[in-house]
Amino acid sequence: MKKIVFIFSLFLLGFSAQAQKEVKKKRNAKVTFKVDGICGMCKKRIETAALKTKGVKFAIWDVKSHQMNLIMDERKTDVTTVQKNIMAVGHDILLDNDKKLVAKDEAYNSVHPCCKYRDHKIVEDHNGELKKQ
Amino acid sequence: MKKHVFSSFLLLFPIVFFAQSNLKGRIMDKQNPEKELGISGATVNWLNTTIGAVTDDKGWFTIPYKPEYKKLVISYLGYKTDTITIRSLKTIRYFITPESELEEITIKSKRDAIQKSLFATANMFTVNNDELLKAACCNLAESFETNPSIDVSFSDALTGTRQIQMLGLKSPYLLITQENVPSVRGAAQAFGLTFTPGTWVESIQITKGAGSVVNGFESISGQINAELVKPFSDNKFFLNAYSSLNGRLELNTHFNEKISNKWQSGLYIHGNYRGEKFDNNNDNFLDAPLAKQINVMNRWQYTDAQNGWVSFINFRYLADEKQTGELNFNPETDRGTTNAWGSEIDTKRFETSAKLGYVFPELPFQSFGFQLAYSNHQQDSYFGLNMYDIQHESIYSNLLFNSIIGDTRNKFKTGISFTYDKYDELVEVGTFNENFKRKEQSFGAFFEYAFDNLDDFSFTAGLRVDSHNLLGNFITPRLHLRYVPWKNGVFRASAGRGKRSANIFAENQQFFASSRQINIDNVGGNIYGINPEIAWNYGISYMQKFKLFEKKGDLTFDFYRTDFSNQIVVDWENPQEISFYDLDGKSIANSFQVELYYQLSKGFNLRTAYKYFNVTTDYNSGNLQKPIQPKNRFFANLSYETIAKENGAQWKFDATFNRIGKQRLPNTSSNPSQYQLAAFSNPFQLLNSQVTRVFSNKFEVYLGAENLTNVQQKNPILASDNPFGVNFDTTIVYSPIFGRAFYAGLRFKIN
Repeated sequence: MKKIVFIFSLFLLGFSAQAQKEVKKKRNAKVTFKVDGICGMCKKRIETAALKTKGVKFAIWDVKSHQMNLIMDERKTDVTTVQKNIMAVGHDILLDNDKKLVAKDEAYNSVHPCCKYRDHKIVEDHNGELKKQ
Repeated sequence: MKKHVFSSFLLLFPIVFFAQSNLKGRIMDKQNPEKELGISGATVNWLNTTIGAVTDDKGWFTIPYKPEYKKLVISYLGYKTDTITIRSLKTIRYFITPESELEEITIKSKRDAIQKSLFATANMFTVNNDELLKAACCNLAESFETNPSIDVSFSDALTGTRQIQMLGLKSPYLLITQENVPSVRGAAQAFGLTFTPGTWVESIQITKGAGSVVNGFESISGQINAELVKPFSDNKFFLNAYSSLNGRLELNTHFNEKISNKWQSGLYIHGNYRGEKFDNNNDNFLDAPLAKQINVMNRWQYTDAQNGWVSFINFRYLADEKQTGELNFNPETDRGTTNAWGSEIDTKRFETSAKLGYVFPELPFQSFGFQLAYSNHQQDSYFGLNMYDIQHESIYSNLLFNSIIGDTRNKFKTGISFTYDKYDELVEVGTFNENFKRKEQSFGAFFEYAFDNLDDFSFTAGLRVDSHNLLGNFITPRLHLRYVPWKNGVFRASAGRGKRSANIFAENQQFFASSRQINIDNVGGNIYGINPEIAWNYGISYMQKFKLFEKKGDLTFDFYRTDFSNQIVVDWENPQEISFYDLDGKSIANSFQVELYYQLSKGFNLRTAYKYFNVTTDYNSGNLQKPIQPKNRFFANLSYETIAKENGAQWKFDATFNRIGKQRLPNTSSNPSQYQLAAFSNPFQLLNSQVTRVFSNKFEVYLGAENLTNVQQKNPILASDNPFGVNFDTTIVYSPIFGRAFYAGLRFKIN
């Protein structure tokens, strides 16, 4: 029995070692996640917060799809840090299955009144503006 | 009960049916043949929802559908994000387009024909195709007529060639590039702008003041870059025919053909012809030359978006013939005699260029580009008994690398360039009979750093070092700053140095059609015995965008000053001479412009500008205003278009008004009294107008009038009664020669 356990744990060790090798930190990693927001002002705020994170080289956020595309140096930063910095300027991170990481209220309150993306009425106003165009 | 269950089931049925339905579709890229065009990993999302899907390795996706979902957002890194409207559950197929093209092409908007950006660091704006269609056609020189920043002047009484000016300085001080390759320069300086047909131009970028160091050291007052139509984006077939009552006929055809998934080819043919003789002012001289031009370009475009490669290869041939002079002049019998005065200008030009660009597919901010261009320009011409032949061979190459330092707030461009120019000129004017030959070659390296804090401040600082066999070793600094003090307002400032060798004959060809004697003040310089031109340009501008009564507008002020350290002074002040000499003293061009754009109502736009130029030079005879240069100009353009119907049908109306203030005329006081001119010309007004009827997206016709006010210079040719005498002069032209002229044309395109 002991032998089996030993072999099994050896096997696991090898597996995890291999797994670690695969998580090589990339200099130019492409990262994608979703950030809530509604307008051009949000775009600027979100992208600036991401870019100001040391290690982030490139950040593009799309207003309509809420998609954030990043290129970053994984040796200098990680996704969590970038997401934290985005939340710090007041924007929620949208996860799959309608879950999200919520920015602190005081951060959310600091965004411009027209950027209050949690308010349905304001979101609708923006949609209305889109239609007008 | 059963009935109830049944009916509620029936009621629920459609909801359930829709709730469970899915939309299927495929996202593709035209340049991705490996997965049969499919793009894997692209995201599709219903607008303003978190419901999304990702495409599989062949580009297919399935996304839950509800009837309230109308708009589908498609995004993929490195590609443009698109929103498409979904009306039914039909399987969709959609092509996405790459975001980063190698050249810095400003993305066109249908809304404004002239775009002024709040974000560009330099004082640059883009004129797109819509604006170019406002004036009739025909070539690059004429396409600036509806634009207040560029002044179009009348260069001489013979060739009818228009010259352009910016900041009070004529085109040699402007760098004119075609897709960022310097094009209208050297031998092509006088007529080069008329060698690019208007229909070939996709958009024009105009930068006022010091340009970028990337394109060389020659630009002083600004840069004009023309982007030509591209085989991938141009119509499959395009036809434009134009005819004017002053006898000008033009025909343009474009053919674009897909060769393979990655290769596209375009063949563009332009021809123009003027065969009728006009002499409306009865001076026995043709008002406009007899002309023939054939101009053919073949472009090849290679795009491999997946691997990041883009390439263009161009071939172009031009043959241009002009004949002008006295009505009864016959070149076969009268050339080289004093039977009748006449002139022929015969130009042949061959050009080829290749561009190669690579965007690192994983790093959209990093790219390199390589340009190589060769041109051979040959002009054979005579003007009465004067002769002028020029041959100019030119090679231009530029290797450029773009990337970032740290992140995209800090960008840089760096590279090296090599240019070679070989000139061979033959000048025979009276007793002046010389053959000038010279070779210019330069090797340069440049670095340009751009900082943008993504908010209210950005700057671009560039430096280049060049080693030139005739101009020596020198550095060229250029700086642009932008600051946004408040919403929708932007301050810009620029400063920079430019240096160039003046092609005194090619740039001042109009004087050959006069009895002026040439006088070059040889100071032992490397180029015609004179020194290179060096100037500093400084400028500031302020733009405010605003909304007034729900309508948008913008107001721009700018002031620029060009200060010559050395200039080749072109001195016309003795009516029997033209003198070229190094500047001794000061030469300054001050330019002030205020421009207002306002949308009066939907489709109805006003653009108006006032311009003040003060251009003075220390001549041997004292400090004088530059001749034939109005100090005051007023410009207004009104355009109106009806709302386009679904098939594109609409009306477009356009009118451009110019008031040109008085101009100082070159001194003619030593002439016999009948050949003397006043010290100043009178101010005058010009009005051009055009009506376009668009029948559909395929077909439109236009009708227009130039010079509706019928302004004509009474006596454009001095001593036209004695063209071989000492007082003959066709150079003092300050207003139109041709009166009112009507034209009509059509455009037909197949996509």
